[in-house]
Formats: sequence, structure tokens, C-alpha cells
Amino acid sequence: MMTLLILMIVCGVLTFLMRFSFIATSRFFPQSSRFYDLLRYVPPAIFAALIAPDIFWAHGETFAVMENPRLIAAAVAFVVAFFFRNVLLTIAVGMLVLWGVS
Amino acid sequence: MTPKTDPSLSPDATRRAEFWGGVFTELPLLLGVVPFGLVFGVLGLQSGLPAWATIAMSVIVFGGASQMIFVQLWGLATPVTVIAATVSVTNLRHVLYSAAVAPYLLHLPRHWKIILSYLLTDEAFAASLPRFREGAATPFRHWFLLGAGVTLWTGWWVSTVLGVVLGRAIPERWGLDFSVTLTFITLTVMSIQRRSEAVAAIAAMATALLTRQLPFKLWILAAAVVGILCGVVARRFDKR
Repeated sequence: MMTLLILMIVCGVLTFLMRFSFIATSRFFPQSSRFYDLLRYVPPAIFAALIAPDIFWAHGETFAVMENPRLIAAAVAFVVAFFFRNVLLTIAVGMLVLWGVS
Repeated sequence: MTPKTDPSLSPDATRRAEFWGGVFTELPLLLGVVPFGLVFGVLGLQSGLPAWATIAMSVIVFGGASQMIFVQLWGLATPVTVIAATVSVTNLRHVLYSAAVAPYLLHLPRHWKIILSYLLTDEAFAASLPRFREGAATPFRHWFLLGAGVTLWTGWWVSTVLGVVLGRAIPERWGLDFSVTLTFITLTVMSIQRRSEAVAAIAAMATALLTRQLPFKLWILAAAVVGILCGVVARRFDKR
């Protein structure tokens, strides 16, 4: 159990240091506008990437487009999010579609 | 949602307005986070972690996806160095979040930077960045991130406790973990305002699918890098 606790603390400290990295140090180096142009693409790139494995792999294993309830629910949720820009509505509709088709 | 920052307000009132602005922007996101926390609580126990460790992890690590991976690997008796490496790479994207919010927190004393870094999760970042970018540059805007972060933090560990307590009463076929994917779908859509941002999202998604076999969850980083570069290249197609 000691191993578990130490491992958790190590993971927690490493995660914290990554979140702290630029916040801690950015005043020591010049602000380049080109760098901040890159950062504009952080939210769309990362959030989109985090969606991919859950909706294209059935049971986390096989690539599935047909007969994949999560992909259908995700597609409907995408349309809802696009038109209504509302988190609550998107999650509610997405979960209902998932339960409806599976 | 950007709080009104009336110059005639006292600093206290402005701080409060920012804090509650963050809280109320974050609250809808909790609908996706709470079911995920429940699932994590259940999964922690199933993987053989004691209840205290499952709950403690939500406070110590405070990163949903990486905690899921932690308990899965722990359940498979994975070497601790591999677990630490995988959790770290999963959370490496937070370096980019740190870079993106850093310019708005430059003036803050160190203790503020430490607290806000600890609270800088996917959802707190997603809620706060639009306020930083588009809202007024007031001296108290970091209170917005504090409000969003504290809200998410509370929701995350409380839902973990509930997951541990309710345990098997939550059927797996409900697919509650899907709620966090739905959250990210909304966040993706809302983060796209230009063509180049859509290009970044599509490229990142395609890269994630193609590189998923990489060890240590490196696909997240690969997808981020390719998505960002494609977005930059596609900038010329943006309407000005």
C-alpha cells in the first residue's frame, strides 16, 4: 500500500509540474506572438483528439463504424453542439441517443 | 459568460463577480464530469484499490483520464515506472494549457500560480480561456479560473466518493463514462471559430486514430502536435 501511495504522489507531483511549467516560468522569457499563434490551436486539437478513441473503438479494442452506438450518439451530439452551443443539452441528448440505440 | 466588470465596483465586488462567473461557467460542464467521477470510483475498487486510495487519487492526481489509466494499469500489475510514465504522458497536454494561460497570470504572486496550476484541468481551462482572451483585462480575472477550478475540483472528488459508495449499484451498460466524451464534443465545437481551427481539430482526430497503438498514450501528444501544425498551415484559408 505504501508503494501505491508513493506512486500516486509521484504522479500527482508530475502532473502538477506540467500544469505549473509555463505559468511558473513564462515571465523569464520574452513573449513571442508567433508562439501564442500556435497556442490558439491547443483547444480544438486536444479536445478533438480526446474524443477519437472513445467513439471509433467499440469496447476500446476494434475500430468500428457500423453498429457502433457511441459513434451514432457522438454524431447526433456534434450536431446539437453545433446548433445550440450548450453543454447540458449536448450531454443530455447524447446520453439519450446512446441508451436509445444500444 | 463574461462577468460585467464595472470600473465603479469595489475590488472585492469585482473579485466576487469573477469568481462566480467562473463557477457558473463551469457548472454545466459538471454534468459530464460527475458521471465520469462515478465511473472512476467504481473502476478504482474493481481494479483492487482500497476506497481511501481511489478517493485520494482524485485529490492528489486530479486528472480524470490519467486516473482511469492509472487504476487500469495498477489492476494489471504493471511496473510502477510504466504507470508513472503513462500518467505523465497522458497529462503532458497540460503543459500546453499552462502555456496558453500563462500570459494572463504573469503578474500574480507565486502562491496564486501554484493554486491555479493545481486547478488547471481540461474543463477549467476550457471554461477560463475564452474569458481571458475575450473578456476585459481586469487585475482580478484570475479569480474566474479559481471559481471554475474549485467548482470542478469539488465536483470531481465528491463524485469519486459517490462512485466508491454506490459501487456496483451503477450498471456498466449505462455507459456513464460517455458523458465526458460528450463534454469534449461540445468543447471542440465551441473552440472552433475559424476554418483553420476546424482543420486543427480534424487533423488531430485523424492522428489520434492513426497513432493509437503508440506506447504510453503518446497518441495524445502526437495528435496535439499534428493538429496544431495543420491549424497553423491552414491559417491562410481563414477569412479576415
